[in-house]
Amino acid sequence: MTPPPRPHPDAVPLGPAREHLWSAVRQGDERRAAAVVLDALESSGDAETVLLDLIAPVQERVGTEWAANRLTVAQEHTATAIHERVMAVLAHQPGLRDETPSGPRVTVACVDGEWHALPARLLAEVLRLRGWRVDFLGAHVPTPHLIAHLHQTGPRAVALSSSIPTHLPTAHTAITACQAAGVPVIAGGAAFGPGGRYARSLGADGWAPDARGAAAVLERGLDRPGPRGVHQTVDDLPHLADQEYTIVAETTHQLVKQTLADLEDRFEPLRGYTERQRRHTAEDLAHIVEYLATSLYVADEELFTRFILWTADILTARRVPARSLDPALDLLALQLKDFPRACRTLAHAREALGDRTPLPKTPGPGKPA
Amino acid sequence: MLVDTSQQPPTGPRGAGTGATWGFAPYPVVVADPSGGVVGTNDAATALFPGATAGAWLQDVVPAWIADAHARLRSTVPGPRNPGSGVLVHGPVGDRTFEAHPTRTDDGDVMWWLVDDTDRRLAEDALKAERERAAFLAGASSALLSSLNVERCMEVTAGLAAEHLADAAVIVAPPRGRKVQLTFCGPDGVVVHRTVHDDVRQLPGLGEALRGFPPVPSRWIDPAAVPGWAVPEGFTEPVGSAVVTPLPGHGVPAGALILLRSSGHAAFTESEEIFARLFASRAGAAVSAARMYAEQASITTTLMRELLPPRLHAVHGVEFAGRYRPAGRTERVGGDFYDVHPAADEEQESLVVLGDVCGKGLEAAVLTGKIRNTVQALLPLADDHQRLLGLLNGALMNSHHTRFATLAMASVVRRAGIVRLRVTSAGHPPPLIVRADGEVEQVRTRGTLIGAFWDVSSTTVRVELAPGETCLFFTDGITEARGGPLGDEFFGVQRLETALSQCAGMPAEAVVEHVQMLAAQWVGRGGHDDMATVAVTAPHHAHLSAVNGHTRGRYTG
Repeated sequence: MTPPPRPHPDAVPLGPAREHLWSAVRQGDERRAAAVVLDALESSGDAETVLLDLIAPVQERVGTEWAANRLTVAQEHTATAIHERVMAVLAHQPGLRDETPSGPRVTVACVDGEWHALPARLLAEVLRLRGWRVDFLGAHVPTPHLIAHLHQTGPRAVALSSSIPTHLPTAHTAITACQAAGVPVIAGGAAFGPGGRYARSLGADGWAPDARGAAAVLERGLDRPGPRGVHQTVDDLPHLADQEYTIVAETTHQLVKQTLADLEDRFEPLRGYTERQRRHTAEDLAHIVEYLATSLYVADEELFTRFILWTADILTARRVPARSLDPALDLLALQLKDFPRACRTLAHAREALGDRTPLPKTPGPGKPA
Repeated sequence: MLVDTSQQPPTGPRGAGTGATWGFAPYPVVVADPSGGVVGTNDAATALFPGATAGAWLQDVVPAWIADAHARLRSTVPGPRNPGSGVLVHGPVGDRTFEAHPTRTDDGDVMWWLVDDTDRRLAEDALKAERERAAFLAGASSALLSSLNVERCMEVTAGLAAEHLADAAVIVAPPRGRKVQLTFCGPDGVVVHRTVHDDVRQLPGLGEALRGFPPVPSRWIDPAAVPGWAVPEGFTEPVGSAVVTPLPGHGVPAGALILLRSSGHAAFTESEEIFARLFASRAGAAVSAARMYAEQASITTTLMRELLPPRLHAVHGVEFAGRYRPAGRTERVGGDFYDVHPAADEEQESLVVLGDVCGKGLEAAVLTGKIRNTVQALLPLADDHQRLLGLLNGALMNSHHTRFATLAMASVVRRAGIVRLRVTSAGHPPPLIVRADGEVEQVRTRGTLIGAFWDVSSTTVRVELAPGETCLFFTDGITEARGGPLGDEFFGVQRLETALSQCAGMPAEAVVEHVQMLAAQWVGRGGHDDMATVAVTAPHHAHLSAVNGHTRGRYTG
């Protein structure tokens, strides 16, 4: 299948349009957002350019601004909802796509638990524009539903999206199940790590950094999984046999409870916390344990360290000192002293944190996500 | 070439004469001098090589592979007292095969000991073929088992058959009238689906196979009679032989398998035909299972369509959005339900209903279907919530269901930018309103649940939503979601109110998504009840109507 020729992305200067769209979605002005997008469609004449060089970068900016605490939850949700609706309008512009696509069939879905559907939605729209028959299953698709869908439709491939690394174990189950059903999987999204390294270790058949790349991989074609396709997750990741992931994941709540109690003994400011601050600290700890478990799952200490450094940055950006992070990691290491990989991972993160964190000013709770 | 010392017979006796002990050996033994002249043979060798008598040239009386080996030995191994190189050679003698082991005599002659290994070789070949077939069947079974998709099963069957059993394979699905669906795989391994309008009886044995009769032996099928439509495009040479065998199914054949070999290749042997049947029985079972699954899935989809929560969208200038997450991971429906019944025009009230039937899963879902239908029928009376609930209660009390339900409903209309609601709860958690400034309040309506008592009563409360404000209906699956960082806390109304206070000014879609997301994250990996949410929002800005996927988008004021 050859994609229709399209103008070079730089043929139409989308920079100003991006600023206009950003300002519109930021203010929750759906009408203005739609006008910007439809104007860009008219001037560029290419819907894929509008999707990937206008909407996608603005949505990415929504994510970074929100993570940096410069957008409220309401603004972030509103912006995303506006993008969703604008894309729906775009999809129904006459003449943009074949009404009865005859191309190969593909399933696009987000991993169970993944609520960021927009990247997957962009890919679905791009594939539709290129003539694929696309089944877009949306956000947080339970794996049994995904597999039932594969049996019913028999697609050529599954595009699986996940943006948050803690969904990697679920993603792995989904990838393995798709392959066992004879359907190859291309993975995409920030969860799969720099250069898609976790897509590889989880045995995905393909990976792409963005929608254009994914469409190119799918157009080149992925081989059907062979008889080797039927395997278990531990075959991809033999280190899982050491049970460290299993135990940390299974005892998350106990670990959080114990660390919280120990932290109260050791970290004086915590004793003065309000109920709400204490709750936030518990949530932070739960995130930390989840990332630790994920890190053990993919056997990559860097994953955990990246999260800890990011948390420290977020806490700082929200004017909450990250001083309680180090004792929390120390207390976790004490509880997990019998697990060498977990201890190495925690030590690695503490070291990186020590290189990074400036001296604390005032203590307080934090809420990274 | 092997040096097999274990099989090496002891060095020959001193004399190569006929009187030596080897003369009575049960194995053929030929002794030849270094120049290639036969020195002596034993009885067994004479029987095998009638011309091999002393004085004859070895090359004239034994097969070339022995004579050649002898010549090589002569050139490489000089002198007596050398126990021989022991290099074993192997080859045919007539219709049997032999191993020939050379040893050197004290005289410098070479004594060839021949061991008949025909039966062992045959057994080994048979074992190898059998192993390959077993491995192929095991591989084929796991490949076939992996998919419950009929088309995919056909593709796998055609691909495997073309790769391992023949030059090309064609799967014929049970015909519907004259329409025949074919799946081809040629020598290039490419699988193609095609539908033809031809008579299957044109190919001898095919009609029978598709009706479940025993297969016609391959030798009875005239290769020239194979019709063009049954030959894949990549198959350019003339058909040399064909096998037609049924794919046995659940009582009725799942189709038929045609195997083709080009005239340049050997015809199918009887054992290959039997093996093809073995493969076909596995493929048939897989295709039948897939077909049965497809039929069941299609029935389920049809029956389920009425039970699935509807997709909500803006109605007469009011935003409605709903989200539903059933309790079971494998389920799509449950005991929660919602509906929006749009008014005929924007002057009249639309009705939104959200409810929760006691219980989970399909059984509860069936009752939600009854309630939704009953409410639909009672719509003309929707002006009077108490009357509608009374009639609905009567209908439930009189049905054979022992379950009861709670529900919340609202009549909604937008006047001059303000959305007006008349809200009534029947034993259901009261909806929450988030004001433009982020303040969250409960709608103070209460009433009796339905389907449990003969007398029900309720109060209706009027509320107004300014632009950007939302009224959220939810089921207790949200507030009773158990989890959180410590794993054992309820999500609770308090947390829901806090979450909602962030939702001022959000579109309805975003509100329900945000609430469902928080509840789902709260639960984490744990189990939960059905969770339903419906948001009714007074739009903040001009919004795009008609983005329900059916019509073109346009602007509305």
